[in-house]
Amino acid sequence: MGNDITTAQSSIEKERQNQRREKLRLLMLSAGTVLVLLALWEAAVRLGMVNAKYLCAPTTVLKTFFIKLTDPKPDGAVLGVHLWTSLKLVFCGYSLAVAVGVPLGLFLSYYYTLDKLISPIFEIMRPIPPIAWIPLSLIWLGIGTTAKAFIIFVAAFVPCVINSYTGIRLTNPVLISVAKTCGASRWEIFTTVCIPSAMPMAFTGIRVALGNAWSTLVAAELIAATSGLGYMIQQGRSFGRSDIIIVGMFTIGITGAVLHWLVGLLENRVIQWRAER
Amino acid sequence: MEEKAKVRVENLTKAFDDLLVLDNVSFEVKEGDFLCIVGPTGCGKTTFLNLLTKLIEPTSGQILIDGVPADPHKHNISFVFQEPSAFPWLTTQQNLEYGLKIKKIPKKEMEQRVNDIIELLGLERFRNAYPHEMSVSMEQRVVIGRAFAMHPDLLLMDEPYGQMDIKMRYYLEDEVIKLWKATGSTVIFITHNLEEAVYLANRVLVLSNKPASVKAEFQVDLPRPRNVSSPDFIEIRKNITDMIKWW
Repeated sequence: MGNDITTAQSSIEKERQNQRREKLRLLMLSAGTVLVLLALWEAAVRLGMVNAKYLCAPTTVLKTFFIKLTDPKPDGAVLGVHLWTSLKLVFCGYSLAVAVGVPLGLFLSYYYTLDKLISPIFEIMRPIPPIAWIPLSLIWLGIGTTAKAFIIFVAAFVPCVINSYTGIRLTNPVLISVAKTCGASRWEIFTTVCIPSAMPMAFTGIRVALGNAWSTLVAAELIAATSGLGYMIQQGRSFGRSDIIIVGMFTIGITGAVLHWLVGLLENRVIQWRAER
Repeated sequence: MEEKAKVRVENLTKAFDDLLVLDNVSFEVKEGDFLCIVGPTGCGKTTFLNLLTKLIEPTSGQILIDGVPADPHKHNISFVFQEPSAFPWLTTQQNLEYGLKIKKIPKKEMEQRVNDIIELLGLERFRNAYPHEMSVSMEQRVVIGRAFAMHPDLLLMDEPYGQMDIKMRYYLEDEVIKLWKATGSTVIFITHNLEEAVYLANRVLVLSNKPASVKAEFQVDLPRPRNVSSPDFIEIRKNITDMIKWW
């Protein structure tokens, strides 16, 4: 009997060990791909297969990265300033888009008259790419931060509205019936059933919007900027410095991933009730 | 002694365009009664329930609760649907509180009622669990508890155990009886399982094929807890079975 328990325990222990090993193996696999790619890249530049003027080696990129942390040359600002400018810009446009877009989508979907009133306009605006708004926003808002934030707003706004809208539409009718038979009013059904049920979809929209906002950044910073990651890349091009361009690109990529992760954390907090996937 | 009719259904008729689903259905349910309605699949049971909860309006006829036309805003009507219908974003406790909050029951009484239900159903361990953390049968118990917590004037149950295995069914049927006795609610229970109907009901109503009308009515006066293999039980079940051979 006691022996059985020890055997069971040791088999559980073994299982856990296997799981750990499997996890480590997968991690090594992912890290391995990146390392191999970097090594090939480095080798290609060092062996002269690629002209370092067009594509500098990863080690050069790393060096430029550390230099750019403190040196404002040649593009006029250190990396931190560029990053901060871009973050501010994205934060303004994006948070406004979420604050307006998500409620708008929820209300449009639930209130039929409102839907009929606003949806046609929305349907026409939807296919217009955010970049196509640049000329008009320049005329309307000048060349300052507002115009750039506006472009980012447009990019993030659409997925927020569409996903929240769909979320409400997907509410399980049985749950609405439960609320109805309890005597809930139309507003109570909206707030206690439809909105919570729409949250996972709304967050999908918020995630997609973040991606859109961040990737529209470079386009928005084409408008007469003096700093910002997009601006830095542009400057890198005019100086013919591929290392600066790549540092800018990597910074955009890594920051985007971090922001995604932060939104994910928020999402998990808000939607605790969802089954683990 | 004349007992008071809690629910009175008068000449209820429902037609969707040309399709007559319910034809002139009339019956009464006494206060605190447990009524089972059996009928063939597709005979209009769901339509009938939706009419009772006022989710849809009848073509003619009316439903009176305590002599007044049924209205979810005025009356306490609870509904246990066939599919699991716990709110996934609420914990067991919050699910139980849901209807009570809508009805603006004072906080103290709400706590009392919720605690009673949790105790009766042995849900203490799951008090703060979300539906996805429970089995389907556990979730269905939460839903049934939620319905009883309302102390409903009328509780409607639409084949709530349709998806459970037989052992779980027996267990949950006893639980419903326990809750029904504890709260004194008036229950209308829809099923197509005759044994379940005879086990639970004070009265069994047999509906005919579409358009549904009341075909027969059986009084079940067996003492509880009932024994499904006792001769009396089998006798009643057989009588009802004979009644519906045409299914």
